[in-house]
Amino acid sequence: MISLSDFLIVAAILFGIGVAGIIINRKNIIVLLMSIELMLLAVNTNFIAFSYFLGNNVGQLFVFFILTVAAAEAAIGLAIMMVLFRKSGTIEVNKLDLLKG
Amino acid sequence: MTILQIIFYIFSAIAILSALFVVASKNPVRGALSLVLTFFAMAGVWLLLHAEFLALILVLVYVGAVMTLFLFVVMMLRVNVLSAREGFVRYLPFALLLAFMIVALTIVAIGPKQFGLTSMPAPAAEAVGYNNLADLGMVLYTHYAYPFEISAVLLLTAIVAAISLTHRKASRRKNQIVSQQIAVKRADRVKLIDMPFAKKPGESS
Repeated sequence: MISLSDFLIVAAILFGIGVAGIIINRKNIIVLLMSIELMLLAVNTNFIAFSYFLGNNVGQLFVFFILTVAAAEAAIGLAIMMVLFRKSGTIEVNKLDLLKG
Repeated sequence: MTILQIIFYIFSAIAILSALFVVASKNPVRGALSLVLTFFAMAGVWLLLHAEFLALILVLVYVGAVMTLFLFVVMMLRVNVLSAREGFVRYLPFALLLAFMIVALTIVAIGPKQFGLTSMPAPAAEAVGYNNLADLGMVLYTHYAYPFEISAVLLLTAIVAAISLTHRKASRRKNQIVSQQIAVKRADRVKLIDMPFAKKPGESS
């Protein structure tokens, strides 16, 4: 049988890849958003694994809500990105210094 | 090694390799497509965890809607592929170090000693008439009805926000402005001018 720690280790590796993607890609917001999706996928896998092994389906319910919020976040993030691209003509992260932060 | 373990290892290997390709790919279109592959593989892993409904939702909502949205946006933007690699080598050591530290620390914390089969045995098989969808629905529409409605409102807000952010007025269309049409006076349109009489030549008075 597959143990709980196997599932958790796969999720941890996916999460680490997502973090590395955010650090590496300083140029492209799209890849950044995709890395965030990867990290959310890893977290959801954790929820589902614990839900199965503890016999409690509230974990699956939380994944349901996380998927909803993540879909809304992706839609609004992409919309903001379209507006940025129309205003400044680029989506490179280090050129978006409009706020001079 | 049972057949379930073989399936699990195949799906996880596909998921991790395609996730690596998402992060390292030059072209965002290829990155989005390999993210789709990651989602499919993780849906298989979720099926191994008896979360059938969520696995299908992952394929339908994520692959069908969110990734399609990503691909559309990638098509609409002009991405400079050559300059997209700047800083890749520079930040690679930091990224590798941080990812390694996170993964190693997590594996130490959740390793087989804590959550192996001895300390966390696999649950018994479900009853014959068990239905994952009905089981989730029983909890979702009773105890969690209020968060469910809030998430519905959240989706509505997301629709309104996304449309109002990206909507542009048509710039070359000629529309009537109804308020100005109604407020117009007679004097704006018709002008009466006094003109002197002129007699036709050859006509006797």
